[in-house]
Amino acid sequence: MKKREVYLDNAATTPVDAAVFKKMLPYFSEKYGNPSSVHKIGDQARQGVEKARQQVASFLNCLPDEIYFTAGATESDNWIINGIVDIFRKDNSDKPHLVTLVFEHKAILEPIRVLEKRGLIEVNFLPVSKDGLIEVKEVEKAIKKNTCLVSIMYANSEIGTVQPISQIGNLISQLNQKRKQRIVFHTDAVQAVNYLNCDVNNLNVDALSLSGHKIYGPKGIGALYLKKRTLITSLIRGGGHEKGKRSGTENVPGIVGLGEALNLVAKRKNDGTKIKKLRNKLITGILRDIPDSQLNGSLEYRLPSNANFSFKGVEGEGIIIALSEQGIYAATGSACASHSLKPSHVLTAIGLSDEQAHASVRFTLGRQTTESDINYILEVLPKVIKRLRLISGR
Amino acid sequence: MYSKEVIKHFKHPKNMGEMKNPDAVGEVGNPQCGDILKFYIKVDDNKIKDIKFETLGCAVAIAVSSMMTTMVKGKTLNQAAKITMQDIIKELGGLPFFKHHCSSLAIQALKKAIDSYKDNLTEKVS
Ligand code: FES
Repeated sequence: MKKREVYLDNAATTPVDAAVFKKMLPYFSEKYGNPSSVHKIGDQARQGVEKARQQVASFLNCLPDEIYFTAGATESDNWIINGIVDIFRKDNSDKPHLVTLVFEHKAILEPIRVLEKRGLIEVNFLPVSKDGLIEVKEVEKAIKKNTCLVSIMYANSEIGTVQPISQIGNLISQLNQKRKQRIVFHTDAVQAVNYLNCDVNNLNVDALSLSGHKIYGPKGIGALYLKKRTLITSLIRGGGHEKGKRSGTENVPGIVGLGEALNLVAKRKNDGTKIKKLRNKLITGILRDIPDSQLNGSLEYRLPSNANFSFKGVEGEGIIIALSEQGIYAATGSACASHSLKPSHVLTAIGLSDEQAHASVRFTLGRQTTESDINYILEVLPKVIKRLRLISGR
Repeated sequence: MYSKEVIKHFKHPKNMGEMKNPDAVGEVGNPQCGDILKFYIKVDDNKIKDIKFETLGCAVAIAVSSMMTTMVKGKTLNQAAKITMQDIIKELGGLPFFKHHCSSLAIQALKKAIDSYKDNLTEKVS
């Protein structure tokens, strides 16, 4: 009998949807041309790329011209930060000021920290509540004369909490009307794309990062939406691809896959409701069946797919290995699972002790998740926790 | 990621749990990642007659604790104190490099238990 496998790490990555894969396939060995080539084979590839750009644009309700393909959201995030700061420094003698959240993804935090260390920028890392949420007025308070970029994630990858992006967007666009120094408002929407409204007009954002492999598309491909007339320096210089902003021959199969993946997300409007039901069953079951367990982060303002717990007296990496042995794949914010031996910065940002972060487990459901998967976890997990508590003596 | 031996000791640890009336206890914590490792020993004729452990830590920390207990049971205190990190890693069929500190934790905890046993002895004598 094949061992049962339940993949609940969809926030880390997702499998490529069969329909997406099928659309990508011809672009490896049949329509393999370079989109810059003028001949027929090149033109086929170019058409693939432009169709995908159209698909991404229609998902975000923007113009195809406002979409730049990148190698993933980490690249998009790095680019928006460095690119906006560069432009500001060209035109101003003041130091550029940035506003972001303490528990953004590392793809935002690390490039900002480097600029800060070099003394090139000022930055406010806004705190979040113990529910994992930011209040709009906190953003307003942080904004200064020299603020050039506000970057706030749409949904958190570890605890799934959802920030009020459109409210912040409205605030910033109001402020911009009276400002000399326009603020660029960016959101990292990587985790949000599957479940939340990503219409950029509705969100009122100037820039948005997304990634292929979190939405049942391929790895190594992402995009940056950048509103028309927003100035940014080029990310990679060379042959002038992506309107001169990001040179390098396009990852054609990846781009085609990203377009198709978004196309599918748009079609599968009911996934969220179905997944939320299963997720809620998981939360109720775990809190009921496992003593000394807690849910981390707001339940109300949360992605339908995310559940994050702490279990007193156990360590997360051990839980993950024990679950993996039983065919259940999840994640942890424990220091023991990170090579840096530091607990998750997200969990400590919402006020968890190192000990609670040490004891955390994240389950992220996906399209494939079934009710019997949830029943299986509810059967296995209490035993795993009980056994590890026996070992720890706590 | 981990060897068969690590998984085996993690899934079915030997000598785990609290010991009633131990002759000595050695506990170490790793402030970096919040792990706690504790050995209880019973000593007879300068030999480790019985040993048990309690570990709050990753799969490797648990496997290392378990392996350590099987390696030192029946050994003299001096022999037990000579066990190195490399010995444990070898017995476990290798560990990823970033997990080596877990085995050093076990060595420190055992050393503490042995030292505390010896301290108790000298106290009794004096
Ligand atoms: S106990 Fe923390 S990494 Fe092994």
